[in-house]
Amino acid sequence: MDLPTLWFWVIAVLWTGYFFLEGFDFGVGMLTRLLARDNTERRVLVNTIGPVWDGNEVWVIVAIGATFAAFPPWYATMLSAEYLPVLLILLALIGRGVAFEYRGKVDSDRWRRGWDLVILLGSWIPPLGWGLVITGVATGLPIGKDGVLVGGLGALFTWPAVLGALALAGFSLLHGSVFVALKTDGEIRHRAHALALRFGPLLLLPMAALLVLVQVRQGGLVTIVIAAVGLLAGAGALVRLAAKREGQAFALLGLVIAAAVMSLFGSDFPAIISSTVDPSFSLTVANSASSPYTLGVITWVAAFGTPAILVYQGWTYWVFRKRISAAHIPPVHVP
Amino acid sequence: MDVLDVARWQFAITTVYHFLMVPLTIGLSIVVAVMQTAWVRTGKAHYLAMTKFWGKLMLVNFAMGVVTGIVQEFQFGMTWSAYSRFVGDVFGAPLAMEGIVAFMVESTFLGLWIFGWSRLPKRVHLACLWAASLASTASAYFILSANSWMQHPVGIQLVDGKPQLTSIWALLTNNTAIAAFTHTVSGGFAVAGTFLVGISAWHLWKKHKLSAVDDADRKVWSASLKLGAWIGMVAFAAVALTGDTQGKLMFQQQPMKMAAAEALCHTEAPASFSIFAYGDVSRPDCENVKSITVPALLSFLAHNDFSTEVKGVQDLIPLYEQKYGHNYPVDPSLGALSGQPIDYVPDLPVTYWGFRFMIGFGGIAAGAALLALWLTRRGRIPRTKWFPRLALLSIATPFLANSFGWIFTEMGRQPFVVVPNPTGVDGVFMYTAQAVSPGVSAGQVLTSLIALTAVYGVLAVVEVFLLVRYAKAGVAGVMPPADEKKSDDDVLAFAY
Ligand code: HDD
Ligand code: HEM
Ligand code: HEM
Repeated sequence: MDLPTLWFWVIAVLWTGYFFLEGFDFGVGMLTRLLARDNTERRVLVNTIGPVWDGNEVWVIVAIGATFAAFPPWYATMLSAEYLPVLLILLALIGRGVAFEYRGKVDSDRWRRGWDLVILLGSWIPPLGWGLVITGVATGLPIGKDGVLVGGLGALFTWPAVLGALALAGFSLLHGSVFVALKTDGEIRHRAHALALRFGPLLLLPMAALLVLVQVRQGGLVTIVIAAVGLLAGAGALVRLAAKREGQAFALLGLVIAAAVMSLFGSDFPAIISSTVDPSFSLTVANSASSPYTLGVITWVAAFGTPAILVYQGWTYWVFRKRISAAHIPPVHVP
Repeated sequence: MDVLDVARWQFAITTVYHFLMVPLTIGLSIVVAVMQTAWVRTGKAHYLAMTKFWGKLMLVNFAMGVVTGIVQEFQFGMTWSAYSRFVGDVFGAPLAMEGIVAFMVESTFLGLWIFGWSRLPKRVHLACLWAASLASTASAYFILSANSWMQHPVGIQLVDGKPQLTSIWALLTNNTAIAAFTHTVSGGFAVAGTFLVGISAWHLWKKHKLSAVDDADRKVWSASLKLGAWIGMVAFAAVALTGDTQGKLMFQQQPMKMAAAEALCHTEAPASFSIFAYGDVSRPDCENVKSITVPALLSFLAHNDFSTEVKGVQDLIPLYEQKYGHNYPVDPSLGALSGQPIDYVPDLPVTYWGFRFMIGFGGIAAGAALLALWLTRRGRIPRTKWFPRLALLSIATPFLANSFGWIFTEMGRQPFVVVPNPTGVDGVFMYTAQAVSPGVSAGQVLTSLIALTAVYGVLAVVEVFLLVRYAKAGVAGVMPPADEKKSDDDVLAFAY
């Protein structure tokens, strides 16, 4: 495999890692209104992701940074063409990050209600937004010369892109419920499990539809096999969930998102962003990659950095492996 | 307004805002790590109280640093896509390295530190904070080498009109980067030092009015004040030394910025350093501006002797025109500037006063630190009210110095976004006007400018509100009272 191709797949892996990890913490944020009955339960939810959400979020920073380094035109075109959706995502991420940190710092219901709303919006918007952006990019956009979007904001809302938005939001909600079922104890655990079981099929439906639609439109043999694995894993996750094997369901959901990202990226390969205006404006792995020297440098950094990241982030999950229940939540102590 | 103006305002506002949190994070996280190390080694209670108290303030600030930083990471692609295409081969690498090497470590280990109290062995817990704070410093190094490359492009060759990286080592050891890194990190410690001094002075003063002085508490504040004052003063010395290095590099690499820093109209040899100017230093006027000067000091700043010639703005313009052309290329993407004459002179009032405010506010901070140390010598506590007021006010000064430093550095390199390197590969430069995204409209950028500014404004109020609340509450606000700590193994030591 040449370096540009390698980096195309590294970036796909980074997005997979991001959607897998932050997927569940988006889900937890989306659930704060659905699952928790009072402030203590809401704190249980927030504390399941407390130590890890920031580390999860850095996956997107690395994905974007790696895109900038390895495929500058990809970075430039994706972010400028998708300007307003990306802006909305950023505003949501700003609010969400601050909200986790600040919601417990004043003992007042109004204060907490305000931040809870920010957490809710901040957890719904990014998966919808990233679903739209990533699927839009992978399935083709009306891109003209210099990556200029032709046709205004409406042009971003292609069918696959809209489906992608729903798919990622549905996936995150389910992934988050399973995570809560895995990480909590007591009543909230049962509620999370029941919710995942009852709505699981519905939540995975857009993802299944997306996998099928993309393969019908632009699939090849390999990506069709990958997509099929994703579909099976989704079904398997629901079955394991019914058997109360939450850990296995969680892992199978990981396989779902991996298969989804890989088949999505793979079915456009070697194109990165196909222009629906004129194929000569399409970005491809060959015409967008940085120089071999630059790719070599970041390959070395990634070769040493990535295993280390996996080890210490894995260690974090191990340190905070205990289930949390309402009994673990200390009383509110603020100045 | 055209896209360029709005985009510049947006970049300036979001970056300066991000850089309000950054220096406090860089300085304070290491200071807190030192405090915790002292606690782990000596077991003294007041070190633990200091760690908890200053650590809490550090975290309130850190959250804002993270979320405003994310915006920066995306902004090059959103509003400066032409820039990103032009420099991506070079500029992306340090950004990717920053993510992989620094941000991952920083955010993961800070999470471990926040939630790991009593969950991790003491020393491991301490090591987590060291890892996070050193990663913050490392992130500063990577981003500053990216920024310094724009000020002084090295390690590249020109291929098809675009810079291509030939040596990452040259980029990371760019003399401009090393100078900017040491200067900026010192600036971060200046912020942390004054922050400690201001808040501790206020608490000490509060204590003098109480009849039953809580001795343990007083120890926290007097130790913090002393530590902060020393850090502040040493940081100022470091900032002056490293700034001097930067001045010498600037003289070689960006002569126009040097002239703009002084609003120097005409070449002087030996060149005097202006301390304060009367009148408007902008270009048509700069001939009749009077100023108080120190003879030959500018020559020293530029070249370490008292006679070197420093070129003035008027004499540099023809040199730049000769080298880089009289007019912008005719190119529709340049908008109104297409084919127009190039103005090589930065905004002189901004650069002149920006440079002076940087040094001046930094000096005030160091002076305040010295004064606080003197007034509290041998356990004294001043009773006058102006003492805590002055100390609290001085907290703002190093923040201002940092902001003005960046404003000077960035405005001083206009009209270039990538400044040509006079000793390097010829032809690697880019005008700011060429850098904006071609496909993004002024309306879109205005939308984001308004949205971000509004959100940042609200968050600034919230952050200051929380910082003040925690600062006022003192140690009691961050350490649960003893009876609440039922040493119940099941209750989380820390929870959101
Ligand atoms: C000299 C230091 C410095 C400078 C010039 C900048 N930053 Fe910054 N940045 C930091 C020093 C820093 C830091 C100290 O590492 C922060 C601040 C607070 C924090 O949480 O980390 C940070 C946070 C931070 C984050 C969030 C990291 C996380 O989630 O942990 C991102 C993505 C960026 N920055 C990106 C940028 C970009 C693209 C910049 C260029 C315009 C920039 N920063 C300027
Ligand atoms: C004697 C004092 C100082 C001198 C001689 C000095 C010198 C300089 C110079 C020459 C630059 C421009 C570098 C360039 O653009 O190439 C600069 C930038 C800057 N200064 Fe200072 N400075 C001083 C004090 C301070 C203080 C007190 C602070 C903050 C606490 C500060 C913060 C900054 C920052 C943040 C920048 C922009 C980043 C950079 O280029 O490093 N400076 N300074
Ligand atoms: C380490 C990274 C950077 C830092 C800390 C930084 C800092 C700053 C600061 C403080 C300003 C404010 C000056 C003002 O108020 O006008 C500014 C302005 C600006 N910066 Fe940077 N900058 C960085 C990188 C970049 C990059 C990569 C670009 C690329 C496009 C850029 C382009 C600009 C532009 C166009 C302005 C507006 C200048 C003006 O208004 O005159 N900067 N930057």
